[in-house]
Amino acid sequence: MIEKNADTFDAASTTALARRIRLQCLHMCHTKRASHLGGAFSVADVLAVLYGGLMTTNPAQPKSPDRDRLFYSKGHACTALYATLAETGYYPLAALDTFTDNGSDFTSHVNHKVPGVELSTGSLGHALSVAAGVALAGKRRKAAWHTYAIVSDGELDEGSNWEAILFAPHHRLDNLTLVVDYNKIQSFGSTADVLNLDPLADKFKAFNWETIEVDGHDHAALAAALSKQGRNGKPRVVIAHTVKGKGVSFMENQLAWHYKSPDAAQFGAARAELLQESKDQA
Amino acid sequence: MRNSFIKTLMEQARQDERIFLLCGDLGYSVLEPFAEAFPDRFINVGIAEQNMVGLAAGLSLEGYTVFCYSIGNFPTLRAMEQIRYDVAYHDANVKIIAVGGGYAYGPLSTSHHTTEELGMLRTIPGMVVTAPGDPAEVDAMTAFIAQHRGPCYMRLNKAGEPRLHAQPPALTLGGIVPVRVNSESAAGTAAVFATGDMVGYAARYLEEKAPHIDLYSFPFVNPIDSAQLAALAVRYGHIATIEEHQANGGFGSAILERLHDLLSDGALARLPAVRRIAIPNAFVSSAGSQEFLREKMGLRLDDWHATLS
Repeated sequence: MIEKNADTFDAASTTALARRIRLQCLHMCHTKRASHLGGAFSVADVLAVLYGGLMTTNPAQPKSPDRDRLFYSKGHACTALYATLAETGYYPLAALDTFTDNGSDFTSHVNHKVPGVELSTGSLGHALSVAAGVALAGKRRKAAWHTYAIVSDGELDEGSNWEAILFAPHHRLDNLTLVVDYNKIQSFGSTADVLNLDPLADKFKAFNWETIEVDGHDHAALAAALSKQGRNGKPRVVIAHTVKGKGVSFMENQLAWHYKSPDAAQFGAARAELLQESKDQA
Repeated sequence: MRNSFIKTLMEQARQDERIFLLCGDLGYSVLEPFAEAFPDRFINVGIAEQNMVGLAAGLSLEGYTVFCYSIGNFPTLRAMEQIRYDVAYHDANVKIIAVGGGYAYGPLSTSHHTTEELGMLRTIPGMVVTAPGDPAEVDAMTAFIAQHRGPCYMRLNKAGEPRLHAQPPALTLGGIVPVRVNSESAAGTAAVFATGDMVGYAARYLEEKAPHIDLYSFPFVNPIDSAQLAALAVRYGHIATIEEHQANGGFGSAILERLHDLLSDGALARLPAVRRIAIPNAFVSSAGSQEFLREKMGLRLDDWHATLS
């Protein structure tokens, strides 16, 4: 049974979901001494809007043929996807407690052995090509489902992405939506300093993509941009301007939170901020 | 070989609507019949092999059996991580086809010498690595991999290779194919194990100079049928392996590994003397035909043959 569809978007609900996703990511990175919390926080709102409203999903049957497919290329920020899938019913929240444990499927880069995960990722620049292949199959079979891909900004350094970025509009894959989590910080510094992507929107426009720039933390704007409706023969890219570490003041825009795992004091302070945010909104 | 491939692939595609063919802007004058017959199941993806293999993985996730066709190193080494991670780790039903194995494009220089891919690919878990020895084996192997569920690689030579088998041989996974075998009573003690187009070279050499030496084709470099291999290791005291590939990690290495495993497992009481004939882990920078480059790099049987008597 399909549990969600494109008509059920509700900003209050997805905002609450995004907060729960961040709290789970924080807990996983703290208890398991894991990294990449900054990139998980930057993409949490995108995942909440997609899984909490826009995408057609069936958590009880993750391989349901009618589902929308999501290919999550920033495999290092795995906690955000694992938490999203747990919070939306693909498996119990308790499964997250096994994250990185010996023998667990919850590896610290995304693993397709986890229910709901379409593709293992971690080597950057792979998932968009695979997503394009899936979208192509959807086109050839005139399927109603949609394909989403999420890439990081630093990952756009990989040339393989640009092969796929050439391919998708040539084959009119308007059943494909790419989200760039543009938090402006990659592994070794700012994207502007390491390998400048700007003007990024112009690049996608020049490659014949329908190009939309949004605040990647504004759920209503994300929902409009990520909608499957109104496609015009072109693949769509949603450049989501985001903040690395979004939601916790001392993590925001800090390169260090690409790597650090929060100690007990940081965990407590971050948790308090995320919970306070929810009170402010309530 | 490439014409046998496309002919058989078209036969398979007529019976199986899941078969899809991608090419990396190569295959001119070879692939057109497929493209015309099955336009919905053919795409020239452009000169973009990493994307080609990623696309293939995606198409296969949706149920297609996807063939990726290009020259030598391009659909293999260039896209090795996509093969490992997107295809093999996900057990995707993708078949990588490389034309121009070994020195088949000899004059085109080192960029086109396909002399390391067998070794690299056979280390990838789940990868079936094949190099059929003549057009009949290509017919059989194309049908085999089209029907075999999972990632496969097939090395082709080029065009115009003589047929060694009257009919396409029956293939089983890892199976060894006899090419010329003297009767048991007349058997000598020596055999040549060859893979890819070196099977054709070995057949011509033995026919002319050593008809008492037996010849087996190994269309599968990985896996190799252990029971069949053990039986041959018992039968022959002297074996030469010959391949158009670097010595390190290639077909001969695979044979030595398996034979030693069989010995240490107790399945063999002794090892035959194995001469490994392969490229001596070196590039060749001079121009030359396939025959010239093979000779230059020592891919010949006469030295080993001279040691036998």
